[in-house]
Amino acid sequence: MMSTTRLNRAAVVEHPHNYRPRTTSGKGRISVRSIDIVFATANGPHPAVEDASLEIQPSEFVSLLGPSGCGKSTLMNSVAGFVKPTRGEVLLDGQAVANPGPDRGMVFQQHSLFPWKTVKQNVAFGPLMAGVGSREADSVASTFLSLVGLSRYAKAYPSTLSGGMQQRVGIARALANYPSVLLMDEPFGALDAQTRSMMQENLLEIWSEFKNTVLFVTHDIDEAVFLSDRIVVMSASPGRIIADIPVRLPRPRTQELLTTSEFMTVKRECLGLIREQTLRAFEQQNQAS
Amino acid sequence: MVRIGALLVAALGWHLASTYGFDFFVRFDNVPGPLVVGAEFLAQASSQEFYVHIFHSMLRIAMAYGLAVVTGVVLGVMMGRSRFAEDVILPYIEILRPIPAVAWIPLAILMMPSEQSSIVFITFLGALFPIVINTVHGVDQTSKVLVRAARSLGASNTAILWHVVLPGALPSIVAGLAIGMGVAWFSLLAGEIISGQYGIGYFTWSAYTLVEYPKIIIGMLVIGGLGSLCTLLVRKACAPLLRWQIEGAKS
Ligand SMILES: Nc1ncnc2c1ncn2[C@@H]1O[C@H](COP(=O)(O)OP(=O)(O)OP(=O)(O)O)[C@@H](O)[C@H]1O
Ligand SMILES: [Mg+2]
Repeated sequence: MMSTTRLNRAAVVEHPHNYRPRTTSGKGRISVRSIDIVFATANGPHPAVEDASLEIQPSEFVSLLGPSGCGKSTLMNSVAGFVKPTRGEVLLDGQAVANPGPDRGMVFQQHSLFPWKTVKQNVAFGPLMAGVGSREADSVASTFLSLVGLSRYAKAYPSTLSGGMQQRVGIARALANYPSVLLMDEPFGALDAQTRSMMQENLLEIWSEFKNTVLFVTHDIDEAVFLSDRIVVMSASPGRIIADIPVRLPRPRTQELLTTSEFMTVKRECLGLIREQTLRAFEQQNQAS
Repeated sequence: MVRIGALLVAALGWHLASTYGFDFFVRFDNVPGPLVVGAEFLAQASSQEFYVHIFHSMLRIAMAYGLAVVTGVVLGVMMGRSRFAEDVILPYIEILRPIPAVAWIPLAILMMPSEQSSIVFITFLGALFPIVINTVHGVDQTSKVLVRAARSLGASNTAILWHVVLPGALPSIVAGLAIGMGVAWFSLLAGEIISGQYGIGYFTWSAYTLVEYPKIIIGMLVIGGLGSLCTLLVRKACAPLLRWQIEGAKS
């Protein structure tokens, strides 16, 4: 099983199909400009994100870190186009984001594959929606399935796959649209530790090939440090951006990195910030109840 | 094997009860025994009229049920997807649903141009409500994550309906279709008994009025058999669409 988790480099390099609608290079600049996001709830307005600003360069890998309920998903959803900021604006390559679109691929925590479609039909869905013919979409799907090492499971239904395999299908499906941005909301949060670290290495390999801009939400500090160029830390609710920590660790990265002192230094910095915010979040939730 | 044995015991009991004219609260002296019924069945099976009755019932079921499936699924999806549609349609459903199809018969006869159409109408009504209700229920359970996933993959509203909402609602819709078929038969029979000229319900009821008692039992058995057959057909027809569920359950 583990051998199939290796990235199939040949699949990416060859690209046996013609469909490649967007060049991702140089694209995928995200600008979040002092946005507030306020939800209307039964108990009145609920501010989820407050005065958040964030610039992400094309091909940058940025993680969003913060205590539970601080607004990480909400902030990401505003980039995805699912949530409109109450104030401020979100731009992608200079264009205001109004709707979700195939230029921003999404990977969710779990249960996001279409259970009634086979693995290959799931991956082919994006290209089909983009209007390429079914034959072409099928060939794109094959390419991306082989990229994540799941060609053997093309005809299987998602529910027959392990959690890790399902997430690989989810990643293949998002990539099959050649998005300039990849938005990942705790994509490995439901996986066991071994699978998770395997998936992290795979993701970095894929990213080094496609150079998408990645915005990655996680609770896991090790994960954020291991993957990212930058870590953006959010405060307890309402979420504000309280720190922006560059991670200057060499690439390509492997799991050995986790034991180096450079890694520890960055991790310690994040830990301190997160601890403080998590305590604050706990106190808030106590007061509220 | 045990099941076949159990049926044989019941048939034997029936045979004895009708042969010796069992009479304690339930009277068997007018009930023909299994051998008489069997002989009559062979006679009927070779008469053309018998098939004309079956044909008429099946034709009504096909028309009424086909109409109910289309109307029911369309209304159900509209109600499930649009708040406005739900507000407009739901009051009607809530008022009409508790009225059994049988209670519609007098009005149906008054309103409809022919006897045929009034029977088809009440059969249609019977099948309609379970289908609507189950479709709404299925559509309501549409996964938000899947809708978001589809949107971010470039799906239009139509594509989301087709690729996400309908497949997700399908298990519930299929359950509604099976229930709807049962209720359709129930309503059809009521209609045929009261106002039919052909059909298996008419066949059974006229057997009673004409004192042809073996035919009553044949009618009942045929009704049961056809009803089960139709429900089975519905399930079999839908099974390929639900293959993903069955494969998932295996693992
Ligand atoms: N649609 C919504 N309507 C009302 N309130 C919402 C909505 N979505 C999120 N919230 C609230 O906004 C706040 C931020 O939620 P969000 O899901 O963004 O947090 P999160 O940081 O992703 O949390 P977690 O780490 O647990 O996933 C929470 O208090 C949540 O209850
Ligand atoms: Mg979240």
